[in-house]
Amino acid sequence: MADSDNGTLLLSMRGIGKRFPGVKALDGVNLTLHGGEVVALLGENGAGKSTLIKMLSGARQPDEGIIEIDGESVVIDSARAARDSGIAVIHQEFNLVPGMTVRENLFLGRERTRFGKIDHRTETKLAREWLARLGLDIDPEERCGDLSVARQQAVEIARALSFDARILVMDEPSAVLTDREVEKLFVNVRELRKEGIGIVYISHRLEEIDEIADRFLVLRDGKMVGEGRVLDSSRERLIELMVGRSLEKEFPPRSVEIGEEKLRVDRISQGKLVRDISFSVRAGEVVGFFGLVGAGRTETMRLVAGADRCDSGEVFVEGVKVSARNPREAISAGICLLSEDRKAEGLVQKHTAMSNFGLPNLRRFSHGLVLKDGEEREEFSEYVESLRIRVSVPEQLAAQLSGGNQQKVVIAKWLARNTEVILFDEPTRGIDVGAKFEIYQLMNKLAGEGKAIVMVSSELPEILGMSDRIIVMREGQIAGELENRDGLTQEEVLALAMEREVAA
Amino acid sequence: MKRLLAEYGMIFVLILLVVLFSLLTLNRESAVDGAAADRLWRENAEKIVEAGDLFIIGAVNKKSAEFAELFAARAKDRLATVHLAIGNPVQVREIWDRKSQEFQGVPVVAVSGDVENWLLLDALKKEMPTLELVAPSEKMQSDFLKPANLLAIVDRIVVIAVIAIGMTLVILTGGIDLSVGSLIAFAAVVATLVMKLLGGLAAPWWVVWTGFLTAILSCGLIGSVGGFLVAQFKVASFITTLAIMMMARGFAFLMTGGFSIYQVPETLPWLGRGTTMGIPNTVILLVLLYVGAHLFMSHTRYGRYIYAVGGNEEAARLSGVPVKGILIFVYLVAGLCAGFGGCIQASQIGSGAPNLGKMFELYVIAAVVVGGTSLSGGSGKILGTLIGAFIISVIQNGMNLLGFESYVQDVVLGGVILAAVLIDKARSSGNWRWEKAGA
Repeated sequence: MADSDNGTLLLSMRGIGKRFPGVKALDGVNLTLHGGEVVALLGENGAGKSTLIKMLSGARQPDEGIIEIDGESVVIDSARAARDSGIAVIHQEFNLVPGMTVRENLFLGRERTRFGKIDHRTETKLAREWLARLGLDIDPEERCGDLSVARQQAVEIARALSFDARILVMDEPSAVLTDREVEKLFVNVRELRKEGIGIVYISHRLEEIDEIADRFLVLRDGKMVGEGRVLDSSRERLIELMVGRSLEKEFPPRSVEIGEEKLRVDRISQGKLVRDISFSVRAGEVVGFFGLVGAGRTETMRLVAGADRCDSGEVFVEGVKVSARNPREAISAGICLLSEDRKAEGLVQKHTAMSNFGLPNLRRFSHGLVLKDGEEREEFSEYVESLRIRVSVPEQLAAQLSGGNQQKVVIAKWLARNTEVILFDEPTRGIDVGAKFEIYQLMNKLAGEGKAIVMVSSELPEILGMSDRIIVMREGQIAGELENRDGLTQEEVLALAMEREVAA
Repeated sequence: MKRLLAEYGMIFVLILLVVLFSLLTLNRESAVDGAAADRLWRENAEKIVEAGDLFIIGAVNKKSAEFAELFAARAKDRLATVHLAIGNPVQVREIWDRKSQEFQGVPVVAVSGDVENWLLLDALKKEMPTLELVAPSEKMQSDFLKPANLLAIVDRIVVIAVIAIGMTLVILTGGIDLSVGSLIAFAAVVATLVMKLLGGLAAPWWVVWTGFLTAILSCGLIGSVGGFLVAQFKVASFITTLAIMMMARGFAFLMTGGFSIYQVPETLPWLGRGTTMGIPNTVILLVLLYVGAHLFMSHTRYGRYIYAVGGNEEAARLSGVPVKGILIFVYLVAGLCAGFGGCIQASQIGSGAPNLGKMFELYVIAAVVVGGTSLSGGSGKILGTLIGAFIISVIQNGMNLLGFESYVQDVVLGGVILAAVLIDKARSSGNWRWEKAGA
């Protein structure tokens, strides 16, 4: 870990305050960034991180406080002003046009022309230079949509740097990456640090902070609650600062009698992504599915839940065969899926929290054709209370909720459906530490009620902390099954996931 | 109240338009013509009959004379003798002097509006203080608010409003149905063709309904075929219904050879022009259909499913919503509504023609959009659509009354549609800002 004290002060935000109707989103926040330094910005969802970043990207202006760059006060009131100040923000959602090539994306809006024609040769040459700077081996003529997420992100970073950015803000860059890709990202980040670029790094994954950041700044409810050098603070201390209370453990304990077999999946296959997958889950059991991205875990879950159709194979719930041709049949057979992508698949963003909650349960909430809104409302309020969902009114739009609360609404709707088998696909992705813990508790409670639970996760600590059994997938097949005995290490699981396929 | 404003904000636009056109079409009701005479007679008949004597004065111009003669004609039904004097003040004075001997008591003097301020009348009053003078008063009245005009607005919009119900459902799922205009013609032709085949002019009333039913059901069938293509093969609804639009129009021409069908029963106009208990059938129809559709969309499971499919099709599917069924259903309803609209149209004009309903799909879409339904699906209200339809009709009607050409109307309507879309954008980006603030 490089010491950064010798870098020059690039950015200084002092006494930043921002008020929204009814809330003080930021209050007296100070952030400094030196050249060649990585500052981790930490905090639960809704703590004010995004608002702070938006002041750097030009999307918002502070009500109070000043922003200085190289010691000079600046006003950043547009994306252009941010760029001119040498600031680049890498958002979770990329600003790339999928249908255009890497080169076209890099030069979008500033095409190099010669006699009014696009100068391909110059553009290609520059594009190669920019990509090489990040050690990227990407053909500038490849379509961005064809690149992996990690490579798209790299292109996005390359573009930011091509504008001579000296301050790079990365908003949860690792959320969309596999561990191996994260390693590559870190190599790049270290490289940039050497070049004297200052980086503000936002992440929910504390182990990454340990690895990459020099200093940290923790926000809670819009206020600074702590800052310091990463080396001097333990992970537990950081969690405590973020949550405002200490969590006993990252994962709550569970003691459940494991019962009869609830779910049996028998040799299901679909294309190359899912080949001959068989497993079973018993009542009260939590089975973790681990694998690298692209190992076919999500695809397997979708097949079991009827979201996609199997080429072959069968699924049984409590010994009864499920002819799940669509999710509706799977749900009535007792299987529900909490999909990985809440935004695209879990919630109708522009509808209210309550109507999202009601959607799979409307048959129960209606007599004949007529809806009984009262029953729906009553039950929803019960769940709001028991799951501690933070909604102002049941009619609050789903899009307005934080990631953790959105996930709780999704969970509530399936709890109300009361299926025997629950498939959680990355249940805690993009969710802050406090809410994560509550979701783990909830899974334990469900297991306690005798449900069969499958949890797909890319986070090894979560897999090890929560599962009774671990199934590791690799290249569309089951690479192995591990009892989660004491002393099982992350390395053992990872090794199984990464092992090269050996000829039988 | 705040919610009402957000959901039905367009109602204020409608109210504003109504007030505006009411004021702009205010007219002085003349006190010097036949209508004024009728009114004056109705108001004063009893008084005049009681007095026994009546002396009517009109000036020397066409309207005033018409007033006097018509008043005399009305009065003669009830009175034995009526004295009528048309001329300039001097002539009238002569006639008065001549006739006054015949008076049995104190006469009532009825004068037209332009006679009312003659000095002669003051003189007569002086001679005979108990003499009673009646004259029609001038009244301000808005042409726009006349009952006949209001009914014309409903008549004008009923076809579009009925079809807009189905269109709202389709747009709520994120689709669009371009075929409804052609289906108007198709339905009108099928309906009248069936009537012609089952007896034509002399056919009994049930033949009309058989024709209607055939037309509506066949349009429903066509709609559901389109819905099936959209749901099963994920063909863009724009293209699917564009194809249906062309085919339906083509069939309408093929079936009639390009001519209108007039051989229809006499009871055909009942639906579009008849009344029930004094209320026009079109009004009753609109109320029933919209109340029904509103209840369906806001108080049944399937209404919610429609919103969910439009809001996020994949999330709805994974929640167990029968997405394909819902999609087929909305296009089926759109077809049925278009068929119904075609029948009403045929009933209003009393025949079926293959060129009916041209461009109607666009007016219908405009009504839905002006009514606040988002083209991206998932949000909107049925009653908003009704308001949207009325806004369009009121603008057309009001501008007609004010004597604007139809081209000007098109320009204004286009502007209204743009404004509606912009309002929708502003409203949703308002949400967006709030969302960011909460994050």
